[in-house]
Amino acid sequence: IMASSYGAKEEDGHHPGSAGLGGAAIRTKKPDNTAFKQQRLPAWQPILTAGTVLPAFFIIGLIFIPIGIGLYVTSNNIKEFELDYTGTDMSSPCFNCSQSWNSTNTCKCELFFSLDQPFESNVFMYYGLSNFYQNHRRYVKSRDDSQLNGDERSLKEPSKECEPYRTNENKPIAPCGAIANSMFNDTLDLFYIDPNGKKRPISLTKKGIAWWTDKHVKFRNPGGSNSNLTTVFKDTAKPVNWHKPVYELDVDIENNGFINEDFIVWMRTAALPTFRKLYRIIQKNNDMTPTLPRGNYSLAVTYNYPVRSFEGRKRMILSTISWMGGKNPFLGIAYITVGSICFFLGVVLLFIHHKYGNRNNSSDIAS
Amino acid sequence: MDLSSIRKLITRYCTGEESWVDSRTVYIGQKEPPPGTEAYIPQRFPDNRIVSSKYTFWNFIPKNLFEQFRRIANFYFLIIFLVQLIIDTPTSPTTSGLPLFFVITVTAIKQGYEDWIRHKADNAINQCPVHIIQHGKVVRKQSQKLRVGDIVQVKENETFPCDLILLSTSREDGTCFVTTASLDGESSHKTYYAVQDTKAFNTAEEVDTLHATIECEQPQPDLYKFVGRINIYLDRDEPIVRPLGSENLLLRGATLKNTEYIHAVAIYTGMETKMALNYQSKSQKRSAVEKSMNAYLIVYLCILISKALINTVLKYAWQANPNRDEPWYNQKTETERQRHVLIRAFTDFLAFMVLFNYIIPVSMYVTVEMQKFLGSYFILWDDDMFDEELGEGPLVNTSDLNEELGQVGNLFSPLQNCCQSHYWFTVSVLSSSQVEYVFTDKTGTLTENNMELRECCVDGHVYVPHAICNGQILPGATGMDMIDSSPGVDGKEREELFFRALCLCHTVQVKEEETVDGIKRGIHQGKSTSFYISSSPDEVALVEGMKRLGFTYLRLKDSHMEILNREDEMERFELLEVLNFDSVRRRMSVIVRSSSGDYYLFCKGADSSVFPRVVSGKVEQVRARVEHNAVEGLRTLCVAYKKLTHEEYEETCHLLNRAKLALQDRDKKLAEAYDVIEKDFILLGATAVEDRLQDKAADTIESLHKAGMKVWVLTGDKMETAAATCYASKLFHRNTQILELTTKRTEEQSLHDVLFDLSRTVLRQHGSMTRDTFSGLSGDYQDYGLIIDGATLSAVLKPTQEVTSNGGNYKEIFLEICRNCSAVLCCRMAPLQKAQIVKMIKASKERPITLAIGDGANDVSMILEAHVGIGIMGKEGRQAARNSDYAITKFKHLKKMLLVHGHYYYIRIAELVQYFFYKNVCFIFPQFLYQFFCGFSQQPLYDTAYLTLYNISFTSLPILLYSLMEQHINMDILKRDPTLYRDIAKNSLLRWPTFIYWTFLGVFDAVVFFFGAFFLFDNTTFTSNGQMFGNWTFGTLVFTVLVFTVTLKLALDTHYWTWINHFVIWGSLLFYVIFSLLWGGIIWPFLNYQRMYYVFMQMLSSGPAWLSIILLIIVSLLPDVVKKVLCRALWPTTTERIQNADKLYKGHLSEFTPLSSLHAPPVRKHDRHGNENQNRTHRRSDSSPPKKLMCTYWGGQA
Repeated sequence: IMASSYGAKEEDGHHPGSAGLGGAAIRTKKPDNTAFKQQRLPAWQPILTAGTVLPAFFIIGLIFIPIGIGLYVTSNNIKEFELDYTGTDMSSPCFNCSQSWNSTNTCKCELFFSLDQPFESNVFMYYGLSNFYQNHRRYVKSRDDSQLNGDERSLKEPSKECEPYRTNENKPIAPCGAIANSMFNDTLDLFYIDPNGKKRPISLTKKGIAWWTDKHVKFRNPGGSNSNLTTVFKDTAKPVNWHKPVYELDVDIENNGFINEDFIVWMRTAALPTFRKLYRIIQKNNDMTPTLPRGNYSLAVTYNYPVRSFEGRKRMILSTISWMGGKNPFLGIAYITVGSICFFLGVVLLFIHHKYGNRNNSSDIAS
Repeated sequence: MDLSSIRKLITRYCTGEESWVDSRTVYIGQKEPPPGTEAYIPQRFPDNRIVSSKYTFWNFIPKNLFEQFRRIANFYFLIIFLVQLIIDTPTSPTTSGLPLFFVITVTAIKQGYEDWIRHKADNAINQCPVHIIQHGKVVRKQSQKLRVGDIVQVKENETFPCDLILLSTSREDGTCFVTTASLDGESSHKTYYAVQDTKAFNTAEEVDTLHATIECEQPQPDLYKFVGRINIYLDRDEPIVRPLGSENLLLRGATLKNTEYIHAVAIYTGMETKMALNYQSKSQKRSAVEKSMNAYLIVYLCILISKALINTVLKYAWQANPNRDEPWYNQKTETERQRHVLIRAFTDFLAFMVLFNYIIPVSMYVTVEMQKFLGSYFILWDDDMFDEELGEGPLVNTSDLNEELGQVGNLFSPLQNCCQSHYWFTVSVLSSSQVEYVFTDKTGTLTENNMELRECCVDGHVYVPHAICNGQILPGATGMDMIDSSPGVDGKEREELFFRALCLCHTVQVKEEETVDGIKRGIHQGKSTSFYISSSPDEVALVEGMKRLGFTYLRLKDSHMEILNREDEMERFELLEVLNFDSVRRRMSVIVRSSSGDYYLFCKGADSSVFPRVVSGKVEQVRARVEHNAVEGLRTLCVAYKKLTHEEYEETCHLLNRAKLALQDRDKKLAEAYDVIEKDFILLGATAVEDRLQDKAADTIESLHKAGMKVWVLTGDKMETAAATCYASKLFHRNTQILELTTKRTEEQSLHDVLFDLSRTVLRQHGSMTRDTFSGLSGDYQDYGLIIDGATLSAVLKPTQEVTSNGGNYKEIFLEICRNCSAVLCCRMAPLQKAQIVKMIKASKERPITLAIGDGANDVSMILEAHVGIGIMGKEGRQAARNSDYAITKFKHLKKMLLVHGHYYYIRIAELVQYFFYKNVCFIFPQFLYQFFCGFSQQPLYDTAYLTLYNISFTSLPILLYSLMEQHINMDILKRDPTLYRDIAKNSLLRWPTFIYWTFLGVFDAVVFFFGAFFLFDNTTFTSNGQMFGNWTFGTLVFTVLVFTVTLKLALDTHYWTWINHFVIWGSLLFYVIFSLLWGGIIWPFLNYQRMYYVFMQMLSSGPAWLSIILLIIVSLLPDVVKKVLCRALWPTTTERIQNADKLYKGHLSEFTPLSSLHAPPVRKHDRHGNENQNRTHRRSDSSPPKKLMCTYWGGQA
């Protein structure tokens, strides 16, 4: 046992004269009597009792319920119209287009719909895809942000992450990667059919659909001030699925190449497999007439984007926007529910507080 | 001891098998023995280089890495990191690599620095000069060049450079004094003896002419064991053979005191010195908290694996459709496609593991260790536990880089040790917070170990030192037998013999004042300038008491003990043999020759070991007196003698020498020899020494009782003495029914019957509440106290084949009895038995947490055995303190240690552990849910920076500071009301229900975060400009809610808000926001992705995002708040009642309110009914002067 007792860990040979380092210094003199060291720092000591949380519950209830009602009402006031143009049904005008995939000649179809209520303010036009996994890991990372930021080297030598959409015929693909390659390329045009049956095109704005910072900072065309994108992208290949190269996305130089807003919108990968992306904005032109009056409309689709292979759906959505975004009854309902629960709990706690609170606090001590 | 055996093997291998023998032969002065003796076998010994450093320059990195990755946690993270490196995983290797790298690097730098310091210290010690005698001259040499066989000269106050055999000293009698403070902590001066035949060689020239060899055993770590012999070749051919024992061996690390110089020969050098062999780490104790933590870890590992498995299976089920596996927009590369499906599945599994690995975060280990390390400082700093008298506070067993200790050949780095010891120190504090059994030593722990001779009894006549000394009867002495004025010639002779016996039979040294450092305490002011020192305080008390009775021990000079008798005449006795005290024999003897040539053997020892060896004397009177004294709580010793004829003496001498010369089994042979020699005594009398109870010992014991701990006293003392102490310390109350399980009873009945009797008694009470009350009091239940002695205990513990009627053996019945006793006293315990008891309780089926507290070397085994070992820095050296998990100065400090610090530590670490798991469930579970919506593609929900920093910076500081600062109840209340301790007993905060609650809370919160965000994001616009958010905004929203929720959850749990808590809680939330703004604020040039660019700002610019963040945070926190409030209102725990009351009284509660009214029926009820004994001892200790000057010099630490 001696051996074990001496198989000891540390030595503490304690010598009156020798000033040890570290711990010894602590031991040999009296510890400082500071509030911190004695664990007596002044402190606020709140306790969560029925009495103290009661007001909080009532306050939360009183605040949340009005907010919820407000949100709910706002959400209900938002006009939203959704049109599925996938064309899976035989009856659908786009049925033929949806059957032929990979056809070089563009397929066009037109859908008619009517709006029961006028859309008063700016209308936002979205395309929606379902069952499209933009958030698949292989997909999400298949891009080269430095290439998109205009980096010359990445243009020539795209990131490995872009595989298998990195090179085509020994030329680097610009923009590389699966996301860019699968860019949504249906063209949607909206027509108002006035009561006379005359088709009037509705002007769609394509500016302002992408984040400002994306368009102006994150996405840059290579070549800096060189406005001739054709030369800049000379040695690159277009993405395999694209019909035209990146420098021909738009005629407007401010919306061409990597800073094309449709492209930027597509490049912001969606969080969930069913998603919508902003396609165009229909600006309100004057205060008097609604942006989209009640009536009949037609949607002319240039059907390029195949979704049937993965059982996807394509939608066109028209929506107005409030200060709280698009139509979303969930938030309002959630606020109302939580507010009510808090209020209810407040009542329960009030009861409990009256029944038990006093007993705990005073009577016991008095006894 | 594994390491040492490995080292031995290696040494054996290196030196070659043939040269490995069980003993070594050392040629003194490197001189070959004269021809004709045994063949000269050169043996290779290591040089005297001390290597305490662990690494060399070139092996530092591999070795250090290897050491670090031996820890399971580090290894786990390394594996995760490697998986990330090898396969294509969702998160970049940096997310786990960076934290791991950080932890590893910091540890490596710390250890490297420590090792560098050790290298420097090693060099300093290895190069420090030593004086070696070569060719009759004193030569200076570097210490590392010292070789086995060199003759070394050491001067006063120098430290021995290696293990030496003492040849001669500057003192004529060949003795020297040594303090081994740095070895075993005993700062008393010990005497070492030169070999009788070499002590004359005391100059350099003379010692150089010495021709001798030493045969001794190979080095072994036991400091107190050494066997060897020296062959001295004088002129004759036949060498003189002398035994060598530990009294001749000077150990490296010890310091020479009070001796001008010595000559000694090196026998063990360098890493073979006993000191070097001793510094090995001790197995770490694991606390209950740590065990819970490990259990949780396993649960989480299972969760992790099952999550990964579920996802992998679902992935492949989902992917069965090739258009899902590989839609046209998301093709695989050719290499991926060609990979075998099993390999792909396995890679996917690993990738899921990596994705979810954060559920067991690196930072948890770091935080727990930091908490333990930093938290222990609060104990060191505690003012209440500081002892003014000793000038010391509580001791955390940490490494002091004391210059002497830096040189110690300890194989582990001091800092590492420091961390380790800090680590397991606090760990033990933690487990101490759930202590159910306290095992305490009596002497020096419960009592002060400040001995004073109360009385002595010679043949039934009682002598009281004070009364005699002052020449008048003191009031306290009334009613006692005083010295018989005419005891008769025979009586007178016996009386003087008794006094002489006590003056001679001891190992006390006399210290002349001028040669003494430290505090000077004269025995008798004016009369003498010397005082006594000894390793046993009883001996000093006895010798001092004798002085007051007229017989003064002067000194030991030239083997002659000189005493001054009553007539101030000098009497000289030649000291022939000392049969040293040991705890097995429990007695010691000396053989002396009086000036008249008579041989006497004086023996003093415990009554139980002396009475059986007595053949005549007034045994009955003495025994009665001894028992009377023992009942009073005095320590009794019996003194006996026998006269030896010259022949008998010769025979004894022969017997002893034969045993001493034995190389093997010397201890056993010595014990046998002692047994033969120490018999046929004539009883002289007995002494009684008082040892007062420590300040507030009774109060502390009472508190421990109230806190629900069972206190056992384990002592080597007699039953009556120990029982009296127990009464005085309120371990037993007057109405405690004492159950005896002692030799006395087992002599009458068989052990079997006694055990059954007792268990029936105990169980009867247990069964029916209508038993007749023993004390006549209408107590609620009967207190039982058990007294058991060592002999009976070993009988009980002896494994029996005989199976008793109810299937159990004695041990179980005994445990059953113990379980029903509120207090147990084990007396007459050998040190090992103490450990046995602790082990037995530890292993009993409830697996209770045990704590052992003691102050002496005899408690070391028990301290090492118990879950928590506490040493008291007492008077019996520092062995206990050194081996303990932590040391305190007084027994009363145990109260604050356990009730306040232990309690705090426990709630802190419990919250820390639970919270860590909770916040990581919250963190990872949304990622798991996300897999269902991203095609099981292992897409992470959060950005890499968030994944990496979540545990490191966003949520780390609040919990760390919480775990350092939290005080759920005021310190004073905790101290005043020990019953609060029961609230946390049995690991209550870390039980499975609590753990499951936390985990479910985490899952609930995660579901709220994820689906809350999901429904908000589901197919709708979030902004007022119609623009859409992507997946990173989704993740950031979830993450923001997550960070705020977990931080606010901690804020809700915090009960003690100091400015520091405010600072870290609000600060870390602010930090998160600032970081996110910064992280998304610019295009980071070194990153190859810019996914977070402006994501956070865009989110904040959206109204619904704000609203949903607030909503989700409130929804997540709601259930916990409601649960807390409801539980507090409907089923409050004692803790909560006290908190409420404290709040009501604005902190004045501690002074005015009766706390006991706040909880279950008060435990205290028998206090008023003091026991006779208790009262008397009490009065005694009360009336005694506050504190007597210690008349002896106990140690250098004063």
